[in-house]
Amino acid sequence: MDIPYTVKNRPDTGLYNGKLGIWLFLASEVMLFGGLFSAYIFLRTGVDQWPTGSEYLDIPLATLNTLFLITSSVTMVMSWASLKLNDFKKFKLYSGVTLFLALAFLVVKYFEYSHKFHVGYLPSTNNFLGIYFTMTGLHVLHIIGGIIVIFYFWMPGAKMWEVDPERFTNRIEIVGLYWHFVDLVWIFIFPVLYLL
Amino acid sequence: MSTDYHKQSFWTKYIWSTDHKVIGIQYGITSLVWLLFGFGLMMIMRYQLAYPDTPVPIVGALLGDGGLLPPEMYNSLGAMHGTIMIFLGVVPLAFGAFGNYFVPLQIGAIDMAFPKLNAASYWTYFAGSVIMATGFFLPGGAANSGWTSYPPLSVIATMGQTVWLIGMVMLITSSLLGSVNILVTVIQLRTDGMTWMKLPIFVWTQFITAFLLLLAFPPLEAAGVLQLMDRVVGTSFFMPSGLVVTGEVMTNAGGGSPLLWQHLFWFLAHPEVYVLILPAFGIVAEIIANNTRKPLAGYKALVYAMVFLGFMSFIVWAHHMYITGMGTTIGAFFQTTTMIISIPSVVILTALLLSLWGGSIRFNTPMLFALGFIPMFGIGGLTGLPLGLAAADIHLHDTYYVIGHFHYVVAPGTIFALFAGIYYWFPKMTGKKTNEMLGKLHFFFSLLFMNGVFMPMFIQGLAGVSRRLADGGQTYAHAADVIYLNEVMSYSAWLLGLAQIFFIINMVISLFGKKTGEKNPWDATTLEWTDTTSPPLGHGNFEIVPKVYRGPYEYSVPGEKEDFTPQSKKV
Repeated sequence: MDIPYTVKNRPDTGLYNGKLGIWLFLASEVMLFGGLFSAYIFLRTGVDQWPTGSEYLDIPLATLNTLFLITSSVTMVMSWASLKLNDFKKFKLYSGVTLFLALAFLVVKYFEYSHKFHVGYLPSTNNFLGIYFTMTGLHVLHIIGGIIVIFYFWMPGAKMWEVDPERFTNRIEIVGLYWHFVDLVWIFIFPVLYLL
Repeated sequence: MSTDYHKQSFWTKYIWSTDHKVIGIQYGITSLVWLLFGFGLMMIMRYQLAYPDTPVPIVGALLGDGGLLPPEMYNSLGAMHGTIMIFLGVVPLAFGAFGNYFVPLQIGAIDMAFPKLNAASYWTYFAGSVIMATGFFLPGGAANSGWTSYPPLSVIATMGQTVWLIGMVMLITSSLLGSVNILVTVIQLRTDGMTWMKLPIFVWTQFITAFLLLLAFPPLEAAGVLQLMDRVVGTSFFMPSGLVVTGEVMTNAGGGSPLLWQHLFWFLAHPEVYVLILPAFGIVAEIIANNTRKPLAGYKALVYAMVFLGFMSFIVWAHHMYITGMGTTIGAFFQTTTMIISIPSVVILTALLLSLWGGSIRFNTPMLFALGFIPMFGIGGLTGLPLGLAAADIHLHDTYYVIGHFHYVVAPGTIFALFAGIYYWFPKMTGKKTNEMLGKLHFFFSLLFMNGVFMPMFIQGLAGVSRRLADGGQTYAHAADVIYLNEVMSYSAWLLGLAQIFFIINMVISLFGKKTGEKNPWDATTLEWTDTTSPPLGHGNFEIVPKVYRGPYEYSVPGEKEDFTPQSKKV
C-alpha cells in the first residue's frame, strides 16, 4: 500500500502532500525570520544611537546580490516550467544557471564578510553588526541548503525524470517554492539592514 | 514495499523504523524515561527544601560534596526539571507518542504523510535530549538559569547553558518536522467520508496543537540563536550597557535588552501551555464519551472553542511579564486577552462535565484518570485568573502560588490525562489488558499525593514565599509561618514517586501477559478500535481501509442493537 496523494492532488484540497508540507514549513520559517526582524525592531527602538546601514555595509555589492537572487528565482521557475513542457534539456540549463547565480551570491557574500572581518567589524562590535551577521548568516545557511537540494536534483536526483516524471516535476516545484522564499527573505533583509 | 516487510531485521523494524506506530512507541518510551528522570530531580530538590544543609540520602553520593546539595546545583536541578518535564517529557508523550500512533489510525490513514520525516523528527528529538543532558557532566553542571533562561543571567552562566540552547534548537527542529507531518496527515490523508466535523476530538486537538508548535516555536528558535550568539560570539543582544557582574563592569558592547528574550520566550511559551493541555483535552474527551456510553455534549462547541483557544494563545504572552515595568495600556491589553482566553477553556471543561450528565458511567482505570483530570485542571485553571490580572499578579509573581498553579494544570492535569490515555489505548497497542486493581491503586494514591504536593504551594505562595529559594525559606521572613509545609510537600512527593511503582509494575506484568485478542475491548466507535486488529497490522494499519459514514461518538443510538455504532458502519 502506498500513501495517497504523494503525486496526485487530493480533489477537495487541490494539493499533493509535499506541496502542502512545504507551505506549512515556509509558514514556520516566516515566524523564524519574523522573530528576528521583530528582534531587530526591538533592539533598534531601544537605543538612542543606531547606525545607518551604509556606515558599515556595501550597498553596491548587496544590490548586485539582490539582482543575482531575483534572477535565480526567475530561472528556478523556468526550470520547473520546462519540465511541465516536457523539455528536460532546458530544465538542466535553467537549473544550472540557478545554481551558478546562487554560488555567485555566496562568493559576493564571502567578500563582504571577509572585508568586514579584515577591518575589524565583528558581531561583537555593536548590535547592528550583531544582528546583521546573525540574520544574513542564517540566510546564507538557507542558501547553502537550497544549493545542496538544487544540485541534487540537477545531477544525481534527475534520474527520477525517466521513471516518474510527474513526481520529479513536483519535487522541482517544491524546491522552487523554498527558493522563492529564501529570495523573499533577502528582499526584506536588503532594505532593512542595508538601506534603512 | 509490503512484500519485503516480513524480512526486516530487528534494527530496521524497531530502531530505524518509518512506521508511525513504532515511532509513536519510541517517542512514548523515551518520554516516559525522561518524565521519571525529571521527577527524580525534583525529589532530590524536595529533600533539600525540607531538610536544608543535610546530606541527601540514597543519591547523595552522586552529588559529591559529602552528599550536600549546593545552591548552584539546586538551581541546575530546578532548571533541568522544568525543561525535561515540558520539552523532553510531556510534549513528546502527548504529541509525539499519542499523536503519531493514533492520529493516522483515527482518520483511517495507512501511515503519516511523510514517514521518513517522522523518523527524522524522533531522532532529532532523541539527539537533542541527549545533548541537553550532557550538561550534567560539564564543569559548572547543567543549565542553571531556570527553564525560562532569562538573560543576562543565562548569558553569563556556565557551559551547561550552551548545550541547553543547542539541545533546544534541535528539539524545535524536531517539533517542526513533527507538526508539519501531523498537519499534512490530517488535511490530506483523511479517509473517504471523514469530513472535518466527523473527526474525533482527539484528532482536532492534535491538529490545533500542531499549528501552535509550527508557528510558536520558531521565535524561540530565533531567540535561542540570538542567545547562542551572545554566549559564543560575544554579541550583546540581551546584554544591557554598563552591566556589573560581581563588582566588575562587563566588557561587551551593550545596548541590548533582557526584555527582548522574555518577549520571544513567552511568545513560544504561552502557546506551549496549550500545547501541553490540548492533547490532554482530546484524550479525556475520547475516554469520557466511551465510558459514559453517550455522545459528547457540544461537539461543535468543543471544536470551535479549541480553535479559538489556539488563536488567542498567540496574543496573551505578556501576562507573564507584568512586573517588567510595562505601561498600563499594554498591561490592560494583555489582561483583556487573558480574561478572554479563559472563556473557551471554560466552554471545554463545561462540555466535558455535561457529557457526564445522564451517562451510565463505567469506572475503569482510564475513566478514573479522566474524571480526576476535570477538577484538577479546574483548580489549575481557576487559580490562574488572579495571575492574569496585573494588580494581583504583582503580589503573586514568582511565588510558590505560580508553581502550584501551573503544576495543577500540567501534573494532575495533563499527566493524569496522559496516564488515562496509556491505560485506555494499551490494549490497542499491545493486544493485552492492564491490571485494573493496580491501575486503581495508581490512580487513588497519585490523586492523593499530587494534591499533597501542590495544594500547600498555594498557601506558601499567598504568604509570599519566593519560588527560587534553595533553602526552602529558612532565612526568609515571609516563610516563617508556613515553612512547616515543606515537609508535607516533600513527603507527598516521595510517596507520589512510590505510587508510580504501581504503574511500572502494571506495565511490566501486562506486557508479559497473555494476548486477549479482543480488538475493541471498550466497545468504542472510532476507527482505531473498530477497524484494526490489536495491535494494528505492521504495514498499512488496516486490512481494508475503512470508509466513514457517521460522527465519532454515536453511543446508545436509539434503535441500534448495540450501545455503540462504529464510524465505519453504513447508515
